[in-house]
Amino acid sequence: MASDQTIQPAQPKRPKKRYSQKVNDRRSGYLFVSPFFILFGIFGVFPLLFTAYLSFHRWNILGTREFVGFQNYSLLFTDDPLFWKALGNTISIWLISTIPQLIAALIIAFLLNQAFLKGKAIFRLGIFMPNVTSVVAVAIVFSAMFGTQYGIINYVLSLFGIDPIHWRGSYFGTHVAISTMVMWRWVGYNSIIYLAGLQSISKDLYEAATIDGANKIQQLISITIPLLKPIIIFTVLQSTIGGLQIFAEPMLFGVGGNYQGLTVTLYLYEEAFTRFSFGYAAAIAWLLFFIIILFSLVNVFLTKKIKST
Amino acid sequence: MKEVGEKKLSKIVLYFFLIVSALLSVFPFYWMYVIGSNSTNAINKFPPAVIPGTSFADNAAKVFERIDFFGALLNSFIISGAVTLSVLFFCSLAGFAFSKLQFKGRDGLFIFLLATMMIPPQLGLIPNFMIISELGWLDDLRAVIVPAMVTAFGVFWMRQYISSSVPFELIEAARIDGCSNFRTYWNIVLPAVRPGLATLGIFTFMGTWNDFLWPLVVLKDRSVHTIQIALRTLNDVYYTDYSMILSGTFMATLPILVVFLIFNRQFIAGITEGAVKD
Repeated sequence: MASDQTIQPAQPKRPKKRYSQKVNDRRSGYLFVSPFFILFGIFGVFPLLFTAYLSFHRWNILGTREFVGFQNYSLLFTDDPLFWKALGNTISIWLISTIPQLIAALIIAFLLNQAFLKGKAIFRLGIFMPNVTSVVAVAIVFSAMFGTQYGIINYVLSLFGIDPIHWRGSYFGTHVAISTMVMWRWVGYNSIIYLAGLQSISKDLYEAATIDGANKIQQLISITIPLLKPIIIFTVLQSTIGGLQIFAEPMLFGVGGNYQGLTVTLYLYEEAFTRFSFGYAAAIAWLLFFIIILFSLVNVFLTKKIKST
Repeated sequence: MKEVGEKKLSKIVLYFFLIVSALLSVFPFYWMYVIGSNSTNAINKFPPAVIPGTSFADNAAKVFERIDFFGALLNSFIISGAVTLSVLFFCSLAGFAFSKLQFKGRDGLFIFLLATMMIPPQLGLIPNFMIISELGWLDDLRAVIVPAMVTAFGVFWMRQYISSSVPFELIEAARIDGCSNFRTYWNIVLPAVRPGLATLGIFTFMGTWNDFLWPLVVLKDRSVHTIQIALRTLNDVYYTDYSMILSGTFMATLPILVVFLIFNRQFIAGITEGAVKD
């Protein structure tokens, strides 16, 4: 279909030259796209398959290997409470960070889209700034802020008469601290995306709704959210894929005595690069991949359902 | 009259909410500097110091003693610079081919390329580590540069950009003048897509600069640490000295913040284009 397009324009001229141009195009076409496919073959396709192969072996860094079939997987499912703990932590952190994050982003975008607002560019810049900061820097500064004894957050809470919270000592504290880092880094990013979506919605719709007597909240629920649906799905997907792979924040904040900060990717990393059980880590990697796909599909399904009222 | 009053109130609420959001976004940057510029004694008390102190130079000097800060900065710069240049060249070249050249299987290859973006990087982590160690590239900057030299996202981005901003007549005209495909790309297409290159370049540079997991795995020796890995070392080994750690963090964040403030328009525009066009 598409291949007919280029042949047309110059056809009346010289058919012979056209033919050589066609051969030329084919040669340079393959040549020009080949770097991606070669690199992806080496660092993408091969590792993907090899991870699958590894996951059926007991394999360590000394190179001793032994085919064990599905043993790594059955071990993961039946005899590894730490893996399930890591999965539970990952999902908990992901929920605590994603839901408020997307709601806050939506509200901020809605406010930024008000016509009378002055200083839009400054607000946008400020809100977006966290996103360019490295995860490492974010994790370090928030670790300081969430300090139990001298952290600014406990200090602020104490002004409201709340006793110091031992952020590193409990599931709740650790999950909230890590989720806060994620939220801080991504609210602005999602606001900017929603804002772009909002700007593409026609003003007439809102004017008509105002004439019909709908207030701002009603407009948000019955015009804005349904029309933003594709973009909401996009952001939900992105936060699912990113959130389930969370690694640097818990690593730098510390997993804590009960492993309450251990996430799946962190567990994978430790199995692979501190205990060097490559086979087992490979099985974790594939399982994580399936979990991400599963969650993405469920989320897309749910987002589609809820919003189409 | 009453309505005007209500409007005013909702305006105040709106500004208040936005100002609070913006302050929360900026506060941690300020806090980095507050802790980094006070002595540890001033930090470790209740209530803590909340305004910048005068010890920044002392803390920074301690950072320079403990890690090779400028060496790490240089490594990050070399890696990010090399990756960015390479991504801009190979991705725009492939984007040109996907958008303006005809060859068999082109559309199929492009869909395949899009599909590869779904694969999480962790899936290939261990085999990639094995490949790099087979190549003898552990503790070598090439371990981070080479696998990132051309990305699916970059090709996708450049293809969309070239399709929408380089008309076919321009390509045809170059051909009539006898340009080869590469010359057409180099002399006609590249100059025409400069804004697209700028956006992709900023994205790539920042993403590479902030990358953590892969460099952590393959760059073990201090001499090849990127700034992120060096910061992590600082945080792990000297975790009691928050003033020193945060002065290092502040200094490491400053360059990327400056880059962002200079290019923020392209950056923000780029993100929205990517999302809305999907």
